[in-house]
Amino acid sequence: MTLDKIIVSLFSLAGIIFTYWFFLGKKEEKVREVKKSSVDIVVEGGYSPNIVSLPLGKTTVINFLRKDSNSCLEEVLLSDFHVRKYLPLNQKVAISIMPQKKGEFVYSCGMNMFHGKIVVK
Amino acid sequence: MTEIKKTFAVKGMHCASCVRVLERALQKIEGVSEANVNLATEKATVIYDSTKVTNKHLASAVAQVGYQAVVDDEMQHKDLEKKEKQKELQVLKKKVAISLFLGALILWGSFPGIMNTAPDLLKNFLVQLLLASVVQFWPGLDFYKATIPALKHRTANMDTLVAIGTTVAYGYSAFITIFPKIPQAIGVDSSPYFDVATIIIGLILLGRYFEAKAKAGTSEAIKKLLGLQAKTARVIRKGKEIDIPLAEVLVGDMIRVRPGEKIPVDGIIEEGNSSIDESMVTGESIPVDKTKGDYVIGATINKTGTFIYQAQKVGNETMLAQIIRLVEEAQGSKAPIQRLADLVSSYFVPVVIMLAFFTFAIWYIFGGESAFLFALLNTVAVLIIACPCAMGLATPTAIMVGTGKGAEQGILIRDAQSLEIAHKINAIIFDKTGTLTKGRPEITEIIPFIPGRKDAQNPQPIFNLSQKGLLQIAASIEKGSEHSLADAIVKKAEEQQLTLNKVENFKAITGFGVSGTIDEEEVLLGNRKLMQRENILIADHLKEIENLEDDGKTVMLLAVEKRLVGLIAVADLLKETAKETVKTLQKKGIETLMITGDNPRTANAIAAKVGIRRVLAEVLPDQKEAEVRKIQSEGKKVAMVGDGINDAPALAAADIGIAMGTGTDVAIEAADITLINKDLQTVVSAIELSKKTMRIIKLNLFWAFAYNIILIPVAMGILYPFFHLLLNPIFASLAMATSSISVVTNSLLLKRYKI
Repeated sequence: MTLDKIIVSLFSLAGIIFTYWFFLGKKEEKVREVKKSSVDIVVEGGYSPNIVSLPLGKTTVINFLRKDSNSCLEEVLLSDFHVRKYLPLNQKVAISIMPQKKGEFVYSCGMNMFHGKIVVK
Repeated sequence: MTEIKKTFAVKGMHCASCVRVLERALQKIEGVSEANVNLATEKATVIYDSTKVTNKHLASAVAQVGYQAVVDDEMQHKDLEKKEKQKELQVLKKKVAISLFLGALILWGSFPGIMNTAPDLLKNFLVQLLLASVVQFWPGLDFYKATIPALKHRTANMDTLVAIGTTVAYGYSAFITIFPKIPQAIGVDSSPYFDVATIIIGLILLGRYFEAKAKAGTSEAIKKLLGLQAKTARVIRKGKEIDIPLAEVLVGDMIRVRPGEKIPVDGIIEEGNSSIDESMVTGESIPVDKTKGDYVIGATINKTGTFIYQAQKVGNETMLAQIIRLVEEAQGSKAPIQRLADLVSSYFVPVVIMLAFFTFAIWYIFGGESAFLFALLNTVAVLIIACPCAMGLATPTAIMVGTGKGAEQGILIRDAQSLEIAHKINAIIFDKTGTLTKGRPEITEIIPFIPGRKDAQNPQPIFNLSQKGLLQIAASIEKGSEHSLADAIVKKAEEQQLTLNKVENFKAITGFGVSGTIDEEEVLLGNRKLMQRENILIADHLKEIENLEDDGKTVMLLAVEKRLVGLIAVADLLKETAKETVKTLQKKGIETLMITGDNPRTANAIAAKVGIRRVLAEVLPDQKEAEVRKIQSEGKKVAMVGDGINDAPALAAADIGIAMGTGTDVAIEAADITLINKDLQTVVSAIELSKKTMRIIKLNLFWAFAYNIILIPVAMGILYPFFHLLLNPIFASLAMATSSISVVTNSLLLKRYKI
């Protein structure tokens, strides 16, 4: 095997390892505990904060503000709470939810590419 | 900052000071720059930063000072959505046109075979670089804008793949155009591939354009339902008729509806009568005649007469609002079948990127003379052909169309899970009263035991009652009863304008009948058990009684002074479509059962009439749930069809609870599927809808998975060793663009199905 082929092989292997680590490796997840009755989530290449912790049995208003023009993010789907909502660009959309049980509830964009999480304690 | 202006109605204002209080409250909200309140029109106009202020903030500020803001949230949200999408589509159209036009020019100047006919200008690599840069950084900018923030979150999506793929093709081409000597020195191909980058962007955006157009069709049902609402109502206030916006109608308002007009809100007719077309809400095609005391549904159309009715439910309480809420909730839920697609989606894009690295290495090592070229183009093809969107769209688009289609037919499905389970149902239990029958018992026979008939106890009958005489006594004694059978008897007597006798010592004997005294003679009216208890002989008429019971009728025996004088047979007539519905379900291999509190003889007779072979008779209301569980324990997927109010526990216990002929809160809460109309055929329609939706979902998922499983290896070049076939990245982008469109279009086919 020539040197260039060895370099390409090593480069590709490093690329594969990096991709796995970057996208699928364990990420440090910061949980934003919501103490007020509302929380703002910015929609831009994902959801920030990505994980919010809500109290059980209390109504919390989640204000989604989409700043990303990507059409993938134009809808948010909180399937555990039976909510699918269109998010107009640069406008807050308030979604009220009252968690009835404890657990982790993943929500996503309409095409299920981007994910956020609601933790109910 | 995005400033918008909104005008909304405010209820409860009565003086100029209210205006000041409201304006101050609204101006206090952070993000509101201006607030004006008009007492005459009872409206507030607010200019605010939509990134900071929501309708909820406005409504809450108004509520805090004691008024009510009528912010037409849903309709405005939908209008906004429509406008934004139209705007996005216009921009997208422009980008598609530019990319494909410039891409075609580059292709003309670079593609072997046709480049000879192109002007020299287009063959110039620097000109191609210029044209490709326009596409890469204007229409193609969307892919970068989506990729960069996603990478910050360490996530990737389809845009990431397109951004990487086109950047590789464009970047390599730009490099060798600017530094042509470097590739020549290292012995790699020195032809640029600007056409690949630009046409991929053009075709993917074209696919996205058609996909967005098709996707708009999947959520049409909600818009249609919202569009059913009347805009105004003609209310009578202080003796005057005035037209007011729908949002301002209050409970208790008297509303006039003229022929051809939409009924604004739900209420009860106080004056007049008419024929009303309720098809848009209940799915029932035949107009319903309504008169004083009848309930009318908002958004239905008044056909012939004029009437005045009192508003009972307004705003979010109306039946239409409940239907919209239910459909929205169903569309926001996830079907269990989607789980696999969800799992695959979460790993998909990173795995494709890893495969792209692998493809590059393999082709570079084993690609022979043109190894670099093969490695480059196949890597781009792998990145471009992968389509996670088709997997993401496969289930939700079908659920959205399916639940919307159901709502149009008066079938309200609680969530995607219910829609999925409904197609597995293999046993349906029908409640008898009000479900298989009309729920309105009617008298079918009045038989006085005529004089001369042999009576073992008294060979010389002392009574000589006519049918009218018998009905008169029965109605007199039943007047004080609340039983539904009593209603039928009293109603019949009223129809015949009979004068009722005075009854003394009235007594209702639960489970038996009633007793009392008329003209100092003891009268008993009830079932056979009552006669046995009072030692009244019925043996001579037993055959007659049994014949009637065998015919599915409830027999009520009348005795005066301890002697049987006649009988009244009452039947709850079967719904016209009952027999046909049962037959259709049985043909589909679904077992049909009937559950009732009736005695087995009557129950079996009714069941036989509709063709039901398995009967659960003499079941008290609180035992229905246990009966449902018994059938489930036989390994069956059970649907229970009932009225949703009395049967709530049984509906909840069944795999699928179907509430029929009602749109009440209780029914909707207890049921997985609510059928607004009373036509039994809708049960078949609901199951058919579920089957068809599931068929579409399975086809979509199969297509989405098969597409990726087959075409990604093809793009990697798996066919090359056998057939010398490679996938051009341009064809890869064409395939990718059509794959999501095909999934959405397939879901839209549900709209065409007749259910």
